[in-house]
Amino acid sequence: MAEPKTKEVLFDPVFKNNPIALQVLGICSALAVTTRLDKAIVMSIAVTLVVAFSNAAVAALRHYIPTSIRIIVQMTVISSLVILVDLLLQAFIPHIAKELSVFVGLIITNCIVMGRAEGFAMKNGPLVSFIDGIGNGLGYSVILLVVGFLRELFGSGTLLGHTVLPLVSDGGWYVRNGLMLTPPSAFFIIGLFIWTLRTLKPEQVETE
Amino acid sequence: MLEHHLSLFFTSLFEENLALSFFLGMCTFLAVSKNVKTALGLGIAVVVIQTITVPVNCLIYQYLLKENALNWTGVASLQGTDLRFLGLISYIGTIAAMVQILEMALDRFYPPLYNALGIFLPLITVNCAILGGTLFMVERDYSPLEALNFGFSGGLGWAMAICALAGVREKLKYSDIPAGLKGLGITFITVGLMAMAFMAFAGIDI
Repeated sequence: MAEPKTKEVLFDPVFKNNPIALQVLGICSALAVTTRLDKAIVMSIAVTLVVAFSNAAVAALRHYIPTSIRIIVQMTVISSLVILVDLLLQAFIPHIAKELSVFVGLIITNCIVMGRAEGFAMKNGPLVSFIDGIGNGLGYSVILLVVGFLRELFGSGTLLGHTVLPLVSDGGWYVRNGLMLTPPSAFFIIGLFIWTLRTLKPEQVETE
Repeated sequence: MLEHHLSLFFTSLFEENLALSFFLGMCTFLAVSKNVKTALGLGIAVVVIQTITVPVNCLIYQYLLKENALNWTGVASLQGTDLRFLGLISYIGTIAAMVQILEMALDRFYPPLYNALGIFLPLITVNCAILGGTLFMVERDYSPLEALNFGFSGGLGWAMAICALAGVREKLKYSDIPAGLKGLGITFITVGLMAMAFMAFAGIDI
């Protein structure tokens, strides 16, 4: 197998092989933290960092990890990184950390992190694995940001807390769409996103 | 007391359904809901593991990790410890260990269920519904008894949701869906509609 090219490793996961839209990995948190854009941004950064560094660490250790206990080793690496991220968030942006609540901890069981460690980092060098981690983190972030953007814009008429569509209740013209702030809307948006992506790239359509 | 527990039970079963309102365990939720039989197997496994791990993690949190939790030992140097930063790593360790023990016990004492659950048991370790249940328990500071109740009802709610979705998907096979929406796309939209139905339970108070 040819050595994977850095550019492909970085950009493939964003549209061509998106971890959320194509491989159905790591959706749990993608849906729950997207009611506001700032939460989505923080979550994206946290996940990207964890995937990148856990990939690099697992790749560096890959020749020393016995196959039979690799899952436990990967888990330990990942949970240590997540604890770091959690503490950093609580120290520097406590109000957002509080709203993200359990979902920061749940990065541990985010299948993207585990899936990349198992599927890519165990077979490749640390540097290219790090880049793969960033790429997959970006792929995850794209969906998170799109969903977060739409939900905050149409649900509260704001973006990052700044008013974009003035609400009727404040004397503006926009009647806010309460559905956007409720859980089901996240499912609809991702469903439609997948539909769009697959219409543009028909080769991704599942064959029954 | 009883009323409080009943209310907790129904709230976590319907209103705060782990799958449909907190989106936990979505990966397996979407991947293993193609037919009702496998969905039921996975559902049972989740209920069992959740009922064991949430109370166990609750004991760990209350008596080992929480601030001042080690005061009961009476050892002077352990007074006033705060080990909460070790939380995540100990919960996931407990979950992995419990899954492993349950797997061995089932294999030894009750092979039919072991064979029925098959690959799902080890996969449950990385199911976010399990870790999520534990983290919610910690965040809401449940007592061990409440944790037992929450673990069982939360797991049951998840199992119910996945069985319902599997039932819908079995029928969906016969529908004429636009090509790009086939498979994953329509499943997301179905789950969205189900979540909306579950929202109707909001505000139920017993």
